[in-house]
Amino acid sequence: MKPEKIMVRLALVLLVGATALAGAASAQAATQSEFEAAYRAATEAEQKASALRNQWTPTEAALEAAAKAAAAKDYGTAMDLARRAEALAEASVEQAKEQDKLWQNAVLK
Amino acid sequence: MKVAIATIGRRAAACLVLLLALVLPPASAEQRIDPAADQRAFQAYFRQAFPSVALNDFANGPYAVDKDMRKQWEEIMQFPPYDFALEDGKKLFETPFKNGKTYADCFPQKGIGIRQNYPYFDRQTGEVVTLDLAINRCREQNGETPLPYQVGDMAAIDAYMASTSRGKPFAIALPADPRAFAAYEKGKKFFYERRGQLNFSCASCHVQAAGKRLRGDILAPALGILASFPIYRSDWGSMGTVDRRFISCNDQVRSVAFKPEDELYRDLEYFLSYMSNGVAIAGPGTRP
Repeated sequence: MKPEKIMVRLALVLLVGATALAGAASAQAATQSEFEAAYRAATEAEQKASALRNQWTPTEAALEAAAKAAAAKDYGTAMDLARRAEALAEASVEQAKEQDKLWQNAVLK
Repeated sequence: MKVAIATIGRRAAACLVLLLALVLPPASAEQRIDPAADQRAFQAYFRQAFPSVALNDFANGPYAVDKDMRKQWEEIMQFPPYDFALEDGKKLFETPFKNGKTYADCFPQKGIGIRQNYPYFDRQTGEVVTLDLAINRCREQNGETPLPYQVGDMAAIDAYMASTSRGKPFAIALPADPRAFAAYEKGKKFFYERRGQLNFSCASCHVQAAGKRLRGDILAPALGILASFPIYRSDWGSMGTVDRRFISCNDQVRSVAFKPEDELYRDLEYFLSYMSNGVAIAGPGTRP
């Protein structure tokens, strides 16, 4: 293999590694305020699901686990969990909106 | 000139249609909803899917549709696991409250042989009243604390009252009241709409997959599904009411369950019981 190609490949490997490290560092470096913002967004989404009477148990579990991780000052984990809770809550809201009409297709006729 | 007259005519007709739409009342809930037609279609579906099952046998859920399970059930029924609850329920039902009155004073026919009429729509309060709700209201009217809904004494009293109605077909009434139709429709929607992270509806299991296996279980057909309640479920190792079943179903599909006797659960029970009109009460029952 030509030295230029080796250099290009090495540079790519370094770039991928650096990106992964930066990502991990950012998760570790999540601050309390960043977590609080993510948690607030998740809670708001879950309130919408509650208003539609369609909450999911994994959303509640993720919110609870996020609060526990934050209490242990593990803001990286807490933020990941809060983001997961928000995604789940949004999916449950979407499900409720879709099913508001789609249920009629399942009715025995 | 002719063109102008024609244009004026068309506009006048359009105005008239618009005016009529505004003046005439919209179709009432009763007109749009046809529970009798729903019931016919519902029962026809299951009769066609399980042609060898007699109407009353649908009350026995999986035991009506699976030969091996039926054999096991017949063995179990030599010593029915709900017998203790039945005995307790009779005692509780007959024991006077502190004020000297009993449950019999709260119900028509002294509470005997009435299970098939519950839930009913109460036109005074505008809500669906289940037997369990009526039991607790009776307690409260007589200065007693309400019982927890899912297990224990409630399931026992429920079991005794159901036993006095065995053989009497479900006879759920739907009064000509828009609120009753709205409650029915809410229950119907709840039955058919998918919920929870697993995206299941009640119908996913008890209509579309009725009689099929879900891991080790045979799924009960929705027709007659409440006629055996309350049930002793081996999985629970104890008795459970309709609320307990609804809550555990919701939990199984990863949906946050409602509180017992939530309006939606009562509406669901109303819809399901109405769909089963004609199926004889067989409660208390057993399930795997």
